[in-house]
Amino acid sequence: MTAARFLPATVVGLILLFLAFPIVVVVVVSFSSATYLTFPPPAFDLRWYSAYFGSEDWLRPTWLSLWVAAATVVLATLLGTLAALGIARLPRALRVVAAGLILSPLIVPVIVVAIGIYYAFSRYGLVGSPIGLVLAHTCLAVPFVVTSVSASLAGMDPRLEQAALSLGATPGGTFFQVTLPLIRPGVLVGALFAFITSFDELVVALFLSGSGAVTLPRRMWDDLRFQIDPTIAAVSTLTIVLTVLLMGCAHLLRRRAERIRTA
Amino acid sequence: MSGRDARAPKDVAWRRAAPLLLAAPLLLFMLAFYAVPVATMLMRSVSDPVWSLSHYAGLADDAVFQKVFWNTLYTSVIVTLGALLLGYPVALALVRTRRWAPLILILILLPFWTSVLVRSYAWMVLMGRHGLINEALLAAGLLERPLRILNTPLATQIAMIHILLPYMILPIANALRQIDPSLARAASGVLLVFVLALGFYITPAMVGGPREITLSMLIAQQVDQLNWGYAATLSAVLLATALAIIAACYRLPGIGNAFRMNTR
Amino acid sequence: MAGAGRGASVSLNDPEKRYDRVAAVAGVSLDIQSGEFLTLLGPSGSGKTTTLMMIAGFEMPTAGDIAIDGKSVVAMPPYRRNIGMVFQNYALFPHLTVAENIGFPLKQRGVAKAERAKLVGEALELVHLPGYGERYPRQLSGGQQQRVALARAIVFKPRLLLMDEPLGALDKQLRENLQLEMRRLHADLGITFIYVTHDQEEALTMSDRIAVMNEGLVAQVGRPEDLYDRPSSRFVAGFIGESNFLPAIVRGIEDDIVVAECAGALLRALCPGRPAAGDKVMLTTRPERLRFSDGAWQLPSPSGAPQNRLSVTVTEAVFAGERCRYMLQANDGTAMVLKEPSSAAIRRRTVGEQAEIAWSVADTILV
Repeated sequence: MTAARFLPATVVGLILLFLAFPIVVVVVVSFSSATYLTFPPPAFDLRWYSAYFGSEDWLRPTWLSLWVAAATVVLATLLGTLAALGIARLPRALRVVAAGLILSPLIVPVIVVAIGIYYAFSRYGLVGSPIGLVLAHTCLAVPFVVTSVSASLAGMDPRLEQAALSLGATPGGTFFQVTLPLIRPGVLVGALFAFITSFDELVVALFLSGSGAVTLPRRMWDDLRFQIDPTIAAVSTLTIVLTVLLMGCAHLLRRRAERIRTA
Repeated sequence: MSGRDARAPKDVAWRRAAPLLLAAPLLLFMLAFYAVPVATMLMRSVSDPVWSLSHYAGLADDAVFQKVFWNTLYTSVIVTLGALLLGYPVALALVRTRRWAPLILILILLPFWTSVLVRSYAWMVLMGRHGLINEALLAAGLLERPLRILNTPLATQIAMIHILLPYMILPIANALRQIDPSLARAASGVLLVFVLALGFYITPAMVGGPREITLSMLIAQQVDQLNWGYAATLSAVLLATALAIIAACYRLPGIGNAFRMNTR
Repeated sequence: MAGAGRGASVSLNDPEKRYDRVAAVAGVSLDIQSGEFLTLLGPSGSGKTTTLMMIAGFEMPTAGDIAIDGKSVVAMPPYRRNIGMVFQNYALFPHLTVAENIGFPLKQRGVAKAERAKLVGEALELVHLPGYGERYPRQLSGGQQQRVALARAIVFKPRLLLMDEPLGALDKQLRENLQLEMRRLHADLGITFIYVTHDQEEALTMSDRIAVMNEGLVAQVGRPEDLYDRPSSRFVAGFIGESNFLPAIVRGIEDDIVVAECAGALLRALCPGRPAAGDKVMLTTRPERLRFSDGAWQLPSPSGAPQNRLSVTVTEAVFAGERCRYMLQANDGTAMVLKEPSSAAIRRRTVGEQAEIAWSVADTILV
């Protein structure tokens, strides 16, 4: 009887351990002094971090990934926010079609998207170019922006815009003073997702990076093919920290927006 | 004094056009850099080298394709079932407890937010010859020699279950939270995981065996060899399979929510 | 040419709003005076809100015209009409403080910060919410939010204020208090109020004039007492207050009075039209205008004023606090309601009792 009560909790606990453990392992290995992937690691060492920070070979892709992600954020947030605003007011038939196109990258297998883009971009010299990556990543990131902004918009009382207009605000004024502040959390969350989507993106990068635009995930992948050194663990840990920070912010933003709205 | 019919036609036209104008930049952008490229590539399946359906017809005799296709399906089914088995209890726990919910959520979100590459790498570390699993089993005296776990189908399945587990848990938890929990809504998690599993590339490539490749890996191989016609055909099959599964389950209410959710 | 006084005059010259073939508003002809408190009253779907939206500029009439202070406004977008508007769910900006909400229209008009603060303060005083400036709408109760919405709508001194069922979401007590406050505000400001509601009691309490709407048309427009005492149609008689309907057959006309037979008695009623003998008509009268002929409760009327009399049987007697309600039945089956005060001095009737009721001809209308 008592054992049975604890059984579900134990099971759930084990599964959660299963979920979290691999991450922990990576972090631990990154501080290991051993040159091969062994666990538990023999001693604490920061060598892999200095290997990472000291290597142009690693830093260059890092910078590239950051730049590409930043550009993707700008482009995706801009295009996505405008689109979300437009889609909300479209007649139903058009809205379904538009939303279908915009959200399709979430459904289409990423390998299909990757080679499709590769096929076209190789004709236009966009392979091996950061611009090509930005264009492709934007298409992948935009669904998150649109979803997030649309959710914010849907939660906003449509009468608010009418009220603003009745009080003398022009449509532009209404947008900047009323709509935008109220959808800002949605925009920010979308932007954060866009950043992470681009920064972590690998499959498209495998084809588009070429030799001139190697992203960090691409670099890690190449490294894994030929050798397995724990520098990757260090890089991984750093990206985990970055992602967790950004996603944590997104999470908090969403919670805060909920609180303001449910008034 | 009075003007009959539509006033200030300019104003009305503007109000109708504005939404389209707002959405147009993105739509054109995605058409140009995503939709048209993918469509054009897929066209190669019927236009390369000449206009014909021979590529598709050829699939019937294509032993490699069939092996890969069924392997992909099989893996996806196993992974989906595994994720369901492990995910359902967690979803229940997440919804039922109030005290532990934040902790459980963090433990789900942490791997969820980690990139697929890093998670796959983590499994390489765990399942390698000197990885944790082998070392632990050796130390415990349960093994004489390290097992070959990495680069086997089992490795792929375990790793994929791990990576897709959050995609199973969150929709199910969401469904359970509704006032009227329906099986159909929980099914959206199952559907999502299955469709994602079909298209998985990174994980099978990193931890999978050399003899068990997935459809996406085969596609990538063919592209490397510049067999565009064949690659396009395979892509079309993969895409069609995914769409068919979604369409088949579309009837179930709540599926739409899976895609309206902020997945990641 | 601006209307005399602080309020705008509004002319509705048959504005129409059609969706495909359905007319939400099928032609409303109304002249609203400067400084008037006019209510658009009607059931849902009567077109009252659509009419209000057309005046505000959020709906474009498919035909007809609307003029404010003599100038047609249909081509003018809402943000240029300088009209104050209050919505049913207040529509306060959740991300702005109360003071910022109220100051919003002033900001759009380029009013300087110091002047804005002063006007906002005055508006808050006017709605009895001094010192609430720094709060957020979510921290206020429904009634307080409504008052802030009001303040926001008048702070920029518009000549016209539109209100779309603003008290609908509040409980009865609060609603009554706010009704009085709005009435007071109207008297203080002197501007034109156009008010939309489905609550006829509310309309009767607050308005200078009421326009009763039904199915996109104005059924009758007039002062509350005129609509109450002289409804021009069955719909108005039934919608405003409670009415008794007596089917009768015309027997003759005497000047403005029609003589008709109902339940074996000859009744007289005020009659604007000229029905012919033999026509089937409907007479209407209010329950509280009826009295029992032999009862202790008698309505004062000028001596000699003509009365209608009818024999009835009491079918139901209900004590409802300040009044007693009796359901009566005439000998042709016509049902009626009689209301009289519930004082100890007045004998209560019993079910099954036969009685004669009487009421003034002047309180009987042919509809």
